[in-house]
Amino acid sequence: MSHGAPTAASRGPREWSPEQAAEIQTILTRYPTKQSAVMPLLWMAQDAWEWIDLDVMRLIARTLELSPSHVHSVASFYTMFKKGPTNRYFIQVCHTLSCALVGAEGLIAHIEKRLDIDAHGNSKDGLFTLLRVECLASCGSAPMAQINEHFYERLTPEIIDQVIDGLRAGKNLPEPRPEADQWTFPVS
Amino acid sequence: MDFPRILSGNWETPDSHRLTVARSRGVYSRLPKALGMAPADITAVVKDSGLRGRGGAGFPTGMKWTFVPALEKRKGKPVYLLCNADESEPGTFKDRYCLWLDPHLLIEGMIIAARALDVRVGYIYIRGEFRYIARRLDEALAEAYTAGLLGKNILGSGTDFDLYVHVGAGAYICGEETALISSLEGEKGQPKLKPPFPAVEGAWRAPTIVNNVETLAVVPWIIENGAAAYKAIGTEKSPGTKLFSVSGHVRKPGVYEIPLGLPMTTLINEYAGGLLPGRKLKAVIPGGSSVPVMTPAEVELCSMDYESIQTNAGSYLGSGGMIVMDDTTDLVAALTNLLRFYAHESCGQCTPCREGCGWMYQILCRVRDGDATAADLVTLRDLADNIHSKTICFFGASAAMPVQSFLTKFRSEFLDRVQGRGAGAA
Ligand SMILES: Cc1cc2nc3c(=O)[nH]c(=O)nc-3n(C[C@H](O)[C@H](O)[C@H](O)COP(=O)(O)O)c2cc1C
Ligand code: SF4
Ligand code: FES
Repeated sequence: MSHGAPTAASRGPREWSPEQAAEIQTILTRYPTKQSAVMPLLWMAQDAWEWIDLDVMRLIARTLELSPSHVHSVASFYTMFKKGPTNRYFIQVCHTLSCALVGAEGLIAHIEKRLDIDAHGNSKDGLFTLLRVECLASCGSAPMAQINEHFYERLTPEIIDQVIDGLRAGKNLPEPRPEADQWTFPVS
Repeated sequence: MDFPRILSGNWETPDSHRLTVARSRGVYSRLPKALGMAPADITAVVKDSGLRGRGGAGFPTGMKWTFVPALEKRKGKPVYLLCNADESEPGTFKDRYCLWLDPHLLIEGMIIAARALDVRVGYIYIRGEFRYIARRLDEALAEAYTAGLLGKNILGSGTDFDLYVHVGAGAYICGEETALISSLEGEKGQPKLKPPFPAVEGAWRAPTIVNNVETLAVVPWIIENGAAAYKAIGTEKSPGTKLFSVSGHVRKPGVYEIPLGLPMTTLINEYAGGLLPGRKLKAVIPGGSSVPVMTPAEVELCSMDYESIQTNAGSYLGSGGMIVMDDTTDLVAALTNLLRFYAHESCGQCTPCREGCGWMYQILCRVRDGDATAADLVTLRDLADNIHSKTICFFGASAAMPVQSFLTKFRSEFLDRVQGRGAGAA
């Protein structure tokens, strides 16, 4: 489906490393039941193996003494647990009302064209995946996108072009400057 | 206007999220006093202050706290405190600022609430998209633990409180308190019928208080300054300051802390800088996408408090997420956009909500694209009326209210778009 993403075989065995096992012990102390650790463990697994497949679900089920079907039901309920690979840079653009009012659709169209996005949301060069998402609580600095973990706000086609060009040239993602950091109280 | 910036007062201070900086700004200075108070006295002060929950429903916070059963009635069960940092209501972005810029203020508020409610373990439930903020919260918690502000015997007071961050993974419905609890328990984030209310039977079937970030972050100020000082700000029934998130067609969108009761036009025109040059106001959603839309005439009448918006516009202050739309806005497209959101986010448990939201969205797409008839508008209205109040959680009503209010208050915009009517024929 996508280019450059690891294949199932290259992802290595689905077993916890000693560091992960230790981290799991810490996580378990936080909750009165093992089941409550299912989301933290899904996150841990996704960080390690990029997406959640059946082997990962079985591993988590074994670890927490849950049925694999329970882990599956949780993993599939939450949209952020990936069910398959995405490319290296995952651009999630908000298209909910506040962003739509100030140009989200134009921004999305621009990115789609610029990156030659296919029906699966992947770019032709195999570097990017584009997804439309609902409100990311950044409506005052719209339009915005979450690229991998961070928010990039008050986007224009020019800004997103700079980011894309930089990433294609092998640079890292620019440091996000959260809108909140630039906040000054505009006393009237 | 002179009023204390209770929530946003530290936001301009560089590195305000660091413990040393936060402390220099007075964060944690209220703890010795609070930890020396009898738990019931803390609740009494919060109750007397008139503080109302900032998550959307505006329920009196102190009163909610009194619903937790007394120790002898709890049959040995603990009490849990959950901070709702799910912030997913479209148009709302204030908690993100609180979490990012002043995490220690929230932690201080949670310690005081924990003392009041006999809580030993609390969680901050934060939406998955805020993972970068969750990392900052984890750092703040680590700083607080090292300084003896969390954990066993806080500041030698005999109070124990452990606080953890729990990260969601992309589901709007997890902001609803019973869904949030299900999610924390490692289930799908689906709401449950109330009663029982969480305060009586919540997380792991133990009494659980769920409060919004902003609600908990106000508590230290109230303890320091007293209920009367808090009541002196705002209006009689809506005391205090509140954070408003203003987005859409204004010159300076952003988060503004103002005393409740300020005219809505002051918030829009002065704080948020007013509309773009040459534009006219068309519609305002005052309290997050779920509340009824308002007309410009209603905006003129309303002040930013719970009562005024309800009385003068039949809408709600909600989360304080205000979306401003000027005369360039296609309101049919705006409502269609919102219904796509609700159709996407319904958890699917209740038939009216699951089927109705998708159906309303499809009809609206056709209205927007000029492929609908007047009969479709009747169906649309009928669907909304039959979802409201007929579902497990308030999400159903949240999807219905925008439809009902847009159709009522901006009727001609919709009539103009259905077949057989040219523009202006309505
Ligand atoms: C569909 C739905 C979504 C909600 N989302 C949030 C949210 O993101 N954040 C929040 O604090 N409250 C949200 N609430 C309200 C909570 O259920 C709950 O009332 C609130 O967290 C209580 O805190 P408060 O009393 O401090 O306001 C939502 C409610 C509903 C019905
Ligand atoms: S009203 Fe909608 S979101 Fe709420 S429980 Fe029912 S289906 Fe789920
Ligand atoms: S509408 Fe886009 S971040 Fe809220």
